[in-house]
Amino acid sequence: MGIADLSSDDIMWLLQLGESMLDINRRSIKKAPTLRGKTIINLFFENSTRTRTSFEIAGKRLSADVINISASTSATKKGESLLDTGQTLAAMQPHLLVVRHGLAGSCAFLAEYLQNTAIINAGDGSHEHPTQILTDLLTIQQSLGSFEGKIMTLVGDIAHSRVARSHLLAAKIMGYHIRLVAPKTLLPLHVARYGCSVYHDFDAAIPGSDIIYMLRVQNERLTSACCFPSIREYHEAYGLHRARQRMAGDHCLIMHPGPMNRGVEISSDVADSLNSRVLHQVENGVSIRMALLTHLINANNPPMLAHNNEDEDDDED
Amino acid sequence: MNGIIFENKQIRKSLKKMAQSMTDTSVYLVGIQRGGSQVANALQKRLKKEGCNVVRGNLDISFYRDDLDRSPLHPVVHGSDLPFDINDRHIWLVDDVIFSGRTIRAALGELFDYGRPASVSLAVLVDRGGRQLPIQPNVIGLSFSAPADHVVDLTMCKNAAGKAVWSISRRLSERKACSEEHLP
Repeated sequence: MGIADLSSDDIMWLLQLGESMLDINRRSIKKAPTLRGKTIINLFFENSTRTRTSFEIAGKRLSADVINISASTSATKKGESLLDTGQTLAAMQPHLLVVRHGLAGSCAFLAEYLQNTAIINAGDGSHEHPTQILTDLLTIQQSLGSFEGKIMTLVGDIAHSRVARSHLLAAKIMGYHIRLVAPKTLLPLHVARYGCSVYHDFDAAIPGSDIIYMLRVQNERLTSACCFPSIREYHEAYGLHRARQRMAGDHCLIMHPGPMNRGVEISSDVADSLNSRVLHQVENGVSIRMALLTHLINANNPPMLAHNNEDEDDDED
Repeated sequence: MNGIIFENKQIRKSLKKMAQSMTDTSVYLVGIQRGGSQVANALQKRLKKEGCNVVRGNLDISFYRDDLDRSPLHPVVHGSDLPFDINDRHIWLVDDVIFSGRTIRAALGELFDYGRPASVSLAVLVDRGGRQLPIQPNVIGLSFSAPADHVVDLTMCKNAAGKAVWSISRRLSERKACSEEHLP
Protein backbone atom coordinates (compact mmCIF):
# COMPACT_ATOMS: atom_id res chain seq x y z
CA MET A 1 0.00 0.00 0.00
CA GLY A 2 2.84 2.33 0.70
CA ILE A 3 6.50 2.96 1.31
CA ALA A 4 5.76 2.26 4.96
CA ASP A 5 5.36 -1.45 4.11
CA LEU A 6 8.78 -1.80 2.50
CA SER A 7 12.16 -2.61 3.95
CA SER A 8 15.41 -1.19 2.68
CA ASP A 9 16.22 -4.53 1.01
CA ASP A 10 12.83 -4.55 -0.74
CA ILE A 11 13.49 -1.08 -2.08
CA MET A 12 17.00 -1.88 -3.28
CA TRP A 13 15.74 -4.99 -5.07
CA LEU A 14 13.00 -3.02 -6.84
CA LEU A 15 15.49 -0.33 -7.84
CA GLN A 16 17.82 -2.92 -9.29
CA LEU A 17 14.98 -4.57 -11.19
CA GLY A 18 13.88 -1.13 -12.42
CA GLU A 19 17.38 -0.31 -13.58
CA SER A 20 17.54 -3.46 -15.70
CA MET A 21 14.18 -2.59 -17.26
CA LEU A 22 15.60 0.69 -18.60
CA ASP A 23 17.18 -1.11 -21.49
CA ILE A 24 13.84 -2.43 -22.76
CA ASN A 25 12.55 1.14 -22.85
CA ARG A 26 15.50 2.47 -24.81
CA ARG A 27 15.80 -0.02 -27.65
CA SER A 28 13.83 0.08 -30.86
CA ILE A 29 11.46 -2.82 -30.17
CA LYS A 30 10.10 -1.94 -26.76
CA LYS A 31 8.48 -5.19 -25.82
CA ALA A 32 9.33 -8.17 -23.66
CA PRO A 33 7.10 -11.23 -23.15
CA THR A 34 7.39 -11.21 -19.35
CA LEU A 35 3.71 -10.60 -18.55
CA ARG A 36 2.12 -12.28 -21.54
CA GLY A 37 -1.43 -13.37 -20.79
CA LYS A 38 -1.76 -11.15 -17.70
CA THR A 39 -4.51 -8.58 -17.27
CA ILE A 40 -4.00 -5.26 -15.52
CA ILE A 41 -6.79 -2.79 -14.80
CA ASN A 42 -5.93 0.85 -14.17
CA LEU A 43 -8.71 2.19 -11.99
CA PHE A 44 -8.32 5.94 -11.69
CA PHE A 45 -10.86 7.89 -9.67
CA GLU A 46 -8.69 11.00 -9.89
CA ASN A 47 -7.42 12.51 -13.06
CA SER A 48 -3.86 11.67 -13.84
CA THR A 49 -2.24 11.65 -17.20
CA ARG A 50 1.32 10.82 -16.37
CA THR A 51 0.89 8.13 -13.74
CA ARG A 52 -1.80 6.39 -15.73
CA THR A 53 0.15 6.56 -18.97
CA SER A 54 3.26 5.39 -17.17
CA PHE A 55 1.46 2.34 -15.80
CA GLU A 56 -0.17 1.67 -19.14
CA ILE A 57 3.12 1.81 -21.03
CA ALA A 58 4.82 -0.29 -18.36
CA GLY A 59 2.18 -3.01 -18.67
CA LYS A 60 2.11 -2.96 -22.45
CA ARG A 61 5.89 -3.12 -22.82
CA LEU A 62 5.82 -6.31 -20.80
CA SER A 63 3.05 -7.72 -23.03
CA ALA A 64 0.27 -7.52 -20.43
CA ASP A 65 -3.25 -6.53 -21.44
CA VAL A 66 -3.98 -3.15 -19.88
CA ILE A 67 -7.45 -1.70 -19.44
CA ASN A 68 -8.01 1.88 -18.30
CA ILE A 69 -11.04 2.96 -16.32
CA SER A 70 -11.44 6.52 -15.16
CA ALA A 71 -13.96 7.96 -12.77
CA SER A 72 -15.88 9.71 -15.48
CA THR A 73 -16.49 6.47 -17.39
CA SER A 74 -16.97 4.20 -14.39
CA ALA A 75 -20.25 3.18 -12.81
CA THR A 76 -19.33 5.35 -9.80
CA LYS A 77 -21.03 8.12 -11.70
CA LYS A 78 -24.20 6.07 -11.60
CA GLY A 79 -23.93 5.73 -7.83
CA GLU A 80 -21.93 2.53 -7.42
CA SER A 81 -19.80 2.32 -4.29
CA LEU A 82 -16.02 1.92 -4.36
CA LEU A 83 -16.28 -1.58 -2.97
CA ASP A 84 -18.86 -2.66 -5.55
CA THR A 85 -16.74 -1.28 -8.37
CA GLY A 86 -13.73 -3.12 -6.96
CA GLN A 87 -15.59 -6.38 -6.53
CA THR A 88 -17.11 -6.17 -9.99
CA LEU A 89 -13.72 -5.68 -11.59
CA ALA A 90 -12.11 -8.35 -9.42
CA ALA A 91 -14.80 -10.78 -10.57
CA MET A 92 -13.49 -10.35 -14.08
CA GLN A 93 -10.29 -11.98 -12.81
CA PRO A 94 -7.58 -9.46 -13.56
CA HIS A 95 -4.15 -10.23 -12.17
CA LEU A 96 -3.67 -6.75 -10.84
CA LEU A 97 -5.56 -3.54 -10.08
CA VAL A 98 -3.80 -0.19 -10.11
CA VAL A 99 -5.87 2.21 -8.01
CA ARG A 100 -5.74 5.98 -7.72
CA HIS A 101 -8.32 7.54 -5.45
CA GLY A 102 -8.83 10.95 -3.85
CA LEU A 103 -9.29 9.58 -0.35
CA ALA A 104 -6.50 8.32 1.89
CA GLY A 105 -6.77 4.64 2.72
CA SER A 106 -9.03 3.72 -0.16
CA CYS A 107 -6.48 1.31 -1.61
CA ALA A 108 -5.93 -0.41 1.70
CA PHE A 109 -9.70 -0.68 2.04
CA LEU A 110 -10.02 -2.34 -1.37
CA ALA A 111 -7.10 -4.63 -0.68
CA GLU A 112 -8.72 -5.82 2.50
CA TYR A 113 -11.84 -6.92 0.67
CA LEU A 114 -10.27 -8.16 -2.55
CA GLN A 115 -7.97 -10.77 -1.11
CA ASN A 116 -7.22 -12.53 -4.36
CA THR A 117 -6.29 -9.54 -6.47
CA ALA A 118 -2.97 -7.74 -6.23
CA ILE A 119 -3.42 -4.00 -5.85
CA ILE A 120 -0.98 -1.19 -6.48
CA ASN A 121 -1.64 2.13 -4.84
CA ALA A 122 -1.18 4.79 -7.49
CA GLY A 123 -1.94 7.57 -5.02
CA ASP A 124 -4.60 7.73 -2.34
CA GLY A 125 -5.54 11.22 -1.23
CA SER A 126 -2.86 12.87 0.88
CA HIS A 127 -1.66 9.52 2.20
CA GLU A 128 1.03 7.93 0.01
CA HIS A 129 2.38 7.72 -3.51
CA PRO A 130 4.89 4.85 -3.39
CA THR A 131 5.64 4.42 -7.09
CA GLN A 132 6.64 8.07 -7.41
CA ILE A 133 9.04 7.70 -4.51
CA LEU A 134 10.63 4.56 -5.97
CA THR A 135 11.02 6.47 -9.22
CA ASP A 136 12.71 9.35 -7.38
CA LEU A 137 14.99 6.97 -5.52
CA LEU A 138 16.11 5.36 -8.77
CA THR A 139 16.82 8.80 -10.21
CA ILE A 140 18.83 9.79 -7.13
CA GLN A 141 20.73 6.52 -7.15
CA GLN A 142 21.73 7.04 -10.79
CA SER A 143 23.03 10.55 -10.11
CA LEU A 144 24.41 10.36 -6.59
CA GLY A 145 25.14 6.65 -6.17
CA SER A 146 23.70 6.27 -2.70
CA PHE A 147 21.20 7.69 -0.21
CA GLU A 148 23.00 7.51 3.10
CA GLY A 149 23.50 10.98 4.58
CA LYS A 150 22.21 12.86 1.53
CA ILE A 151 20.15 15.95 2.15
CA MET A 152 16.89 16.50 0.29
CA THR A 153 15.23 19.88 0.59
CA LEU A 154 11.53 19.44 -0.04
CA VAL A 155 9.73 22.66 -0.83
CA GLY A 156 6.09 23.59 -1.19
CA ASP A 157 2.69 22.35 -0.23
CA ILE A 158 3.71 19.71 2.30
CA ALA A 159 0.29 19.53 3.90
CA HIS A 160 -1.50 18.23 0.82
CA SER A 161 1.32 16.21 -0.64
CA ARG A 162 1.37 12.44 -0.63
CA VAL A 163 4.78 12.65 -2.28
CA ALA A 164 6.14 14.55 0.71
CA ARG A 165 4.67 12.07 3.14
CA SER A 166 6.07 9.06 1.29
CA HIS A 167 9.48 10.72 1.08
CA LEU A 168 9.47 11.34 4.81
CA LEU A 169 8.85 7.61 5.31
CA ALA A 170 11.42 6.59 2.70
CA ALA A 171 14.07 8.90 4.18
CA LYS A 172 13.89 6.98 7.46
CA ILE A 173 14.25 3.65 5.68
CA MET A 174 17.03 4.65 3.28
CA GLY A 175 18.93 7.00 5.57
CA TYR A 176 18.69 10.34 3.81
CA HIS A 177 17.71 13.55 5.56
CA ILE A 178 14.81 15.80 4.64
CA ARG A 179 14.55 19.54 5.13
CA LEU A 180 10.98 20.71 4.72
CA VAL A 181 10.44 24.22 3.50
CA ALA A 182 6.96 25.75 3.49
CA PRO A 183 4.89 28.57 4.86
CA LYS A 184 3.14 27.64 8.08
CA THR A 185 -0.17 27.46 6.30
CA LEU A 186 1.07 24.60 4.10
CA LEU A 187 2.72 22.54 6.83
CA PRO A 188 0.84 19.87 8.73
CA LEU A 189 1.00 19.90 12.54
CA HIS A 190 3.63 17.81 14.32
CA VAL A 191 5.51 17.14 11.09
CA ALA A 192 8.84 17.17 12.93
CA ARG A 193 7.90 13.79 14.37
CA TYR A 194 9.11 12.29 11.10
CA GLY A 195 12.64 13.28 12.05
CA CYS A 196 13.05 16.02 9.47
CA SER A 197 14.11 19.62 9.91
CA VAL A 198 11.57 22.35 9.24
CA TYR A 199 12.31 25.73 7.66
CA HIS A 200 10.11 28.64 6.76
CA ASP A 201 12.91 30.46 4.99
CA PHE A 202 13.90 28.76 1.72
CA ASP A 203 17.28 30.50 1.51
CA ALA A 204 18.30 29.19 4.92
CA ALA A 205 17.62 25.58 3.87
CA ILE A 206 19.59 25.62 0.62
CA PRO A 207 23.26 25.40 1.73
CA GLY A 208 24.47 21.80 1.74
CA SER A 209 21.46 20.37 -0.08
CA ASP A 210 22.16 17.48 -2.47
CA ILE A 211 18.66 17.56 -3.92
CA ILE A 212 16.06 20.29 -4.12
CA TYR A 213 12.68 18.71 -4.61
CA MET A 214 9.92 21.12 -5.58
CA LEU A 215 6.26 20.27 -5.05
CA ARG A 216 3.45 21.58 -7.16
CA VAL A 217 1.14 24.18 -5.72
CA GLN A 218 -2.08 22.23 -5.86
CA ASN A 219 -4.74 24.77 -6.44
CA GLU A 220 -7.44 22.11 -6.55
CA ARG A 221 -6.58 20.91 -3.06
CA LEU A 222 -6.25 24.29 -1.41
CA THR A 223 -9.56 24.71 0.33
CA SER A 224 -9.47 28.45 0.61
CA ALA A 225 -7.32 31.14 -0.83
CA CYS A 226 -5.82 31.95 2.54
CA CYS A 227 -2.68 29.82 2.35
CA PHE A 228 -0.55 32.48 0.71
CA PRO A 229 -1.31 36.00 -0.51
CA SER A 230 -0.51 35.69 -4.21
CA ILE A 231 1.24 33.53 -6.79
CA ARG A 232 3.89 36.21 -7.30
CA GLU A 233 4.61 36.41 -3.61
CA TYR A 234 4.78 32.64 -3.34
CA HIS A 235 7.28 32.50 -6.17
CA GLU A 236 9.43 35.12 -4.47
CA ALA A 237 9.44 33.34 -1.14
CA TYR A 238 9.21 29.66 -2.04
CA GLY A 239 9.85 29.38 -5.76
CA LEU A 240 13.08 27.96 -7.15
CA HIS A 241 14.68 30.50 -9.45
CA ARG A 242 18.14 30.97 -10.90
CA ALA A 243 19.57 32.89 -7.95
CA ARG A 244 18.57 30.13 -5.55
CA GLN A 245 19.90 27.44 -7.86
CA ARG A 246 23.24 29.26 -7.95
CA MET A 247 23.23 29.35 -4.17
CA ALA A 248 22.69 25.57 -4.13
CA GLY A 249 25.70 24.92 -6.33
CA ASP A 250 26.43 22.82 -9.40
CA HIS A 251 26.19 19.47 -7.67
CA CYS A 252 22.62 19.95 -6.51
CA LEU A 253 19.91 17.98 -8.34
CA ILE A 254 16.58 19.62 -9.12
CA MET A 255 13.57 17.33 -8.98
CA HIS A 256 9.84 17.76 -9.41
CA PRO A 257 7.18 15.05 -9.64
CA GLY A 258 5.26 16.98 -12.30
CA PRO A 259 3.23 18.56 -13.64
CA MET A 260 5.25 21.74 -13.14
CA ASN A 261 3.72 25.16 -12.80
CA ARG A 262 6.41 27.23 -14.42
CA GLY A 263 6.67 30.63 -12.80
CA VAL A 264 4.98 29.44 -9.62
CA GLU A 265 7.09 26.90 -7.72
CA ILE A 266 9.84 26.66 -10.32
CA SER A 267 11.09 29.09 -12.93
CA SER A 268 11.57 28.03 -16.53
CA ASP A 269 15.33 28.42 -16.64
CA VAL A 270 15.75 26.16 -13.62
CA ALA A 271 13.31 23.58 -14.91
CA ASP A 272 15.28 23.32 -18.15
CA SER A 273 18.72 23.49 -16.55
CA LEU A 274 21.36 20.76 -16.75
CA ASN A 275 20.80 19.71 -13.16
CA SER A 276 17.10 19.26 -13.62
CA ARG A 277 16.18 15.57 -13.33
CA VAL A 278 12.49 16.05 -14.08
CA LEU A 279 12.51 14.09 -17.35
CA HIS A 280 14.76 11.37 -15.90
CA GLN A 281 12.11 10.94 -13.24
CA VAL A 282 9.50 10.37 -15.94
CA GLU A 283 11.66 7.85 -17.81
CA ASN A 284 12.55 5.97 -14.65
CA GLY A 285 8.88 5.95 -13.69
CA VAL A 286 8.08 3.54 -16.51
CA SER A 287 10.94 1.21 -15.57
CA ILE A 288 10.08 1.17 -11.88
CA ARG A 289 6.45 0.41 -12.67
CA MET A 290 7.55 -2.40 -14.97
CA ALA A 291 9.62 -3.79 -12.11
CA LEU A 292 6.67 -3.59 -9.72
CA LEU A 293 4.25 -5.22 -12.13
CA THR A 294 6.70 -8.04 -12.77
CA HIS A 295 7.34 -8.52 -9.11
CA LEU A 296 3.69 -8.52 -8.08
CA ILE A 297 2.25 -10.56 -10.90
CA ASN A 298 4.78 -13.31 -11.24
CA ALA A 299 4.04 -16.10 -8.88
CA ASN A 300 6.57 -17.25 -6.32
CA ASN A 301 8.22 -13.94 -5.78
CA PRO A 302 8.40 -13.42 -2.04
CA PRO A 303 5.44 -11.35 -0.85
CA MET A 304 6.55 -7.84 -0.18
CA LEU A 305 4.06 -5.23 -1.13
CA ALA A 306 0.42 -5.68 -0.70
CA HIS A 307 0.02 -2.52 -2.68
CA ASN A 308 1.85 0.58 -3.47
CA ASN A 309 0.45 3.88 -2.74
CA GLU A 310 1.40 6.67 -4.83
CA ASP A 311 1.43 9.68 -2.82
CA GLU A 312 1.72 12.19 -5.35
CA ASP A 313 -0.65 14.97 -5.65
CA ASP A 314 1.28 16.32 -8.43
CA ASP A 315 0.22 13.92 -10.92
CA GLU A 316 -3.17 15.04 -11.73
CA ASP A 317 -3.59 16.92 -14.87
CA MET B 1 28.55 -38.20 -8.45
CA ASN B 2 29.23 -34.65 -7.32
CA GLY B 3 32.49 -33.01 -8.16
CA ILE B 4 34.69 -31.50 -10.80
CA ILE B 5 34.36 -32.84 -14.33
CA PHE B 6 36.68 -30.59 -16.30
CA GLU B 7 39.69 -28.74 -14.98
CA ASN B 8 41.40 -25.51 -15.85
CA LYS B 9 43.82 -26.98 -18.37
CA GLN B 10 41.16 -28.79 -20.41
CA ILE B 11 38.90 -25.75 -20.37
CA ARG B 12 41.66 -23.40 -21.54
CA LYS B 13 42.54 -25.76 -24.33
CA SER B 14 38.96 -25.98 -25.53
CA LEU B 15 38.47 -22.20 -25.31
CA LYS B 16 41.45 -21.81 -27.64
CA LYS B 17 40.03 -24.36 -30.04
CA MET B 18 36.62 -22.69 -29.98
CA ALA B 19 38.15 -19.31 -30.77
CA GLN B 20 40.09 -20.79 -33.68
CA SER B 21 36.93 -22.09 -35.29
CA MET B 22 35.21 -18.71 -34.89
CA THR B 23 37.81 -16.45 -36.47
CA ASP B 24 36.62 -13.82 -38.90
CA THR B 25 37.57 -10.21 -39.61
CA SER B 26 34.83 -8.93 -37.32
CA VAL B 27 33.21 -11.07 -34.65
CA TYR B 28 30.07 -9.93 -32.80
CA LEU B 29 30.03 -11.84 -29.51
CA VAL B 30 26.90 -11.76 -27.35
CA GLY B 31 27.25 -13.52 -23.99
CA ILE B 32 24.29 -14.74 -22.00
CA GLN B 33 24.53 -13.45 -18.39
CA ARG B 34 26.30 -14.57 -16.32
CA GLY B 35 28.40 -17.59 -17.26
CA GLY B 36 28.02 -16.94 -20.96
CA SER B 37 29.47 -13.46 -20.55
CA GLN B 38 32.56 -14.87 -18.84
CA VAL B 39 33.03 -17.36 -21.66
CA ALA B 40 32.51 -14.57 -24.20
CA ASN B 41 35.19 -12.47 -22.46
CA ALA B 42 37.60 -15.38 -22.62
CA LEU B 43 36.84 -15.95 -26.30
CA GLN B 44 37.24 -12.24 -27.00
CA LYS B 45 40.77 -12.31 -25.58
CA ARG B 46 41.72 -15.29 -27.70
CA LEU B 47 40.06 -13.99 -30.86
CA LYS B 48 41.95 -10.72 -30.51
CA LYS B 49 45.19 -12.69 -30.39
CA GLU B 50 44.17 -14.21 -33.71
CA GLY B 51 43.85 -10.69 -35.07
CA CYS B 52 40.04 -10.45 -35.14
CA ASN B 53 38.12 -7.29 -34.43
CA VAL B 54 35.72 -8.26 -31.62
CA VAL B 55 32.55 -6.42 -30.61
CA ARG B 56 30.95 -7.50 -27.34
CA GLY B 57 27.42 -7.43 -25.96
CA ASN B 58 25.51 -9.17 -23.19
CA LEU B 59 21.97 -10.46 -22.84
CA ASP B 60 20.10 -11.08 -19.62
CA ILE B 61 17.17 -13.30 -20.43
CA SER B 62 15.42 -13.00 -17.04
CA PHE B 63 12.41 -11.25 -18.55
CA TYR B 64 12.17 -13.74 -21.43
CA ARG B 65 12.17 -17.00 -19.51
CA ASP B 66 9.34 -19.45 -20.21
CA ASP B 67 9.01 -20.46 -16.57
CA LEU B 68 8.41 -17.06 -14.95
CA ASP B 69 5.06 -18.37 -13.77
CA ARG B 70 6.68 -21.22 -11.93
CA SER B 71 9.89 -19.96 -10.48
CA PRO B 72 10.86 -16.63 -8.95
CA LEU B 73 13.03 -14.13 -10.74
CA HIS B 74 16.71 -14.73 -10.28
CA PRO B 75 17.73 -12.52 -7.36
CA VAL B 76 20.31 -10.73 -9.47
CA VAL B 77 19.22 -9.35 -12.79
CA HIS B 78 22.24 -8.02 -14.65
CA GLY B 79 20.47 -6.30 -17.48
CA SER B 80 21.11 -6.58 -21.18
CA ASP B 81 23.67 -4.46 -22.90
CA LEU B 82 23.99 -4.52 -26.68
CA PRO B 83 25.99 -1.42 -27.56
CA PHE B 84 25.92 -2.02 -31.32
CA ASP B 85 23.33 -2.29 -34.05
CA ILE B 86 22.63 -5.98 -34.65
CA ASN B 87 20.77 -5.48 -37.92
CA ASP B 88 22.36 -7.45 -40.78
CA ARG B 89 25.25 -8.60 -38.60
CA HIS B 90 26.46 -12.15 -38.07
CA ILE B 91 26.00 -12.69 -34.36
CA TRP B 92 27.69 -15.28 -32.17
CA LEU B 93 25.58 -16.15 -29.14
CA VAL B 94 27.77 -17.51 -26.33
CA ASP B 95 26.73 -19.52 -23.28
CA ASP B 96 28.58 -21.59 -20.71
CA VAL B 97 26.44 -24.73 -20.42
CA ILE B 98 23.72 -25.99 -22.75
CA PHE B 99 21.08 -28.39 -21.44
CA SER B 100 17.41 -28.18 -22.46
CA GLY B 101 17.93 -25.39 -25.01
CA ARG B 102 15.32 -23.17 -23.34
CA THR B 103 17.80 -20.47 -22.38
CA ILE B 104 18.91 -20.22 -26.00
CA ARG B 105 15.32 -20.04 -27.19
CA ALA B 106 14.69 -17.15 -24.76
CA ALA B 107 17.92 -15.45 -25.83
CA LEU B 108 16.94 -15.69 -29.50
CA GLY B 109 13.59 -14.12 -28.61
CA GLU B 110 15.29 -11.24 -26.86
CA LEU B 111 17.93 -10.82 -29.56
CA PHE B 112 15.26 -10.38 -32.20
CA ASP B 113 13.67 -7.63 -30.14
CA TYR B 114 16.82 -5.63 -30.85
CA GLY B 115 16.66 -6.06 -34.59
CA ARG B 116 17.12 -8.55 -37.42
CA PRO B 117 20.59 -10.08 -37.54
CA ALA B 118 21.86 -11.61 -40.78
CA SER B 119 22.55 -14.83 -38.93
CA VAL B 120 22.92 -16.18 -35.41
CA SER B 121 25.39 -18.91 -34.47
CA LEU B 122 25.79 -20.53 -31.11
CA ALA B 123 28.98 -21.31 -29.22
CA VAL B 124 28.86 -23.11 -25.86
CA LEU B 125 31.65 -24.24 -23.62
CA VAL B 126 29.93 -27.39 -22.34
CA ASP B 127 27.19 -29.50 -23.85
CA ARG B 128 25.72 -31.70 -21.12
CA GLY B 129 23.04 -33.31 -23.30
CA GLY B 130 19.32 -33.54 -22.47
CA ARG B 131 17.96 -31.20 -25.15
CA GLN B 132 14.20 -30.54 -25.09
CA LEU B 133 14.15 -28.24 -28.12
CA PRO B 134 15.56 -28.53 -31.62
CA ILE B 135 18.59 -26.36 -30.83
CA GLN B 136 22.16 -27.40 -31.53
CA PRO B 137 25.32 -25.30 -31.01
CA ASN B 138 27.60 -24.58 -33.98
CA VAL B 139 30.69 -24.72 -31.78
CA ILE B 140 31.01 -26.90 -28.67
CA GLY B 141 34.04 -26.81 -26.38
CA LEU B 142 33.52 -29.89 -24.23
CA SER B 143 30.74 -32.41 -23.97
CA PHE B 144 29.57 -35.13 -21.66
CA SER B 145 26.23 -36.48 -20.58
CA ALA B 146 24.75 -35.59 -17.19
CA PRO B 147 21.51 -36.98 -15.76
CA ALA B 148 18.57 -34.54 -15.76
CA ASP B 149 18.58 -34.12 -11.98
CA HIS B 150 22.12 -32.76 -12.01
CA VAL B 151 23.23 -29.15 -12.22
CA VAL B 152 26.38 -28.35 -14.15
CA ASP B 153 28.23 -25.20 -13.10
CA LEU B 154 31.08 -23.24 -14.57
CA THR B 155 33.25 -21.41 -12.04
CA MET B 156 35.92 -18.89 -12.84
CA CYS B 157 38.11 -17.29 -10.20
CA LYS B 158 41.27 -15.26 -10.44
CA ASN B 159 44.46 -16.57 -8.87
CA ALA B 160 47.04 -14.41 -7.11
CA ALA B 161 48.60 -13.46 -10.44
CA GLY B 162 45.23 -12.27 -11.72
CA LYS B 163 44.95 -15.17 -14.12
CA ALA B 164 41.59 -16.87 -14.60
CA VAL B 165 41.22 -20.38 -13.19
CA TRP B 166 38.30 -22.32 -14.61
CA SER B 167 36.49 -25.41 -13.48
CA ILE B 168 33.31 -27.22 -14.40
CA SER B 169 31.54 -29.25 -11.74
CA ARG B 170 28.28 -31.01 -11.23
CA ARG B 171 26.00 -31.60 -8.27
CA LEU B 172 22.57 -32.98 -7.54
CA SER B 173 19.86 -30.38 -8.12
CA GLU B 174 18.19 -28.95 -5.01
CA ARG B 175 14.98 -28.73 -6.90
CA LYS B 176 13.51 -31.97 -8.15
CA ALA B 177 14.87 -32.36 -11.66
CA CYS B 178 12.90 -29.71 -13.40
CA SER B 179 13.19 -29.31 -17.04
CA GLU B 180 15.52 -26.41 -17.30
CA GLU B 181 19.02 -25.35 -17.72
CA HIS B 182 20.54 -23.77 -14.66
CA LEU B 183 19.61 -20.14 -14.22
CA PRO B 184 21.38 -17.56 -16.31
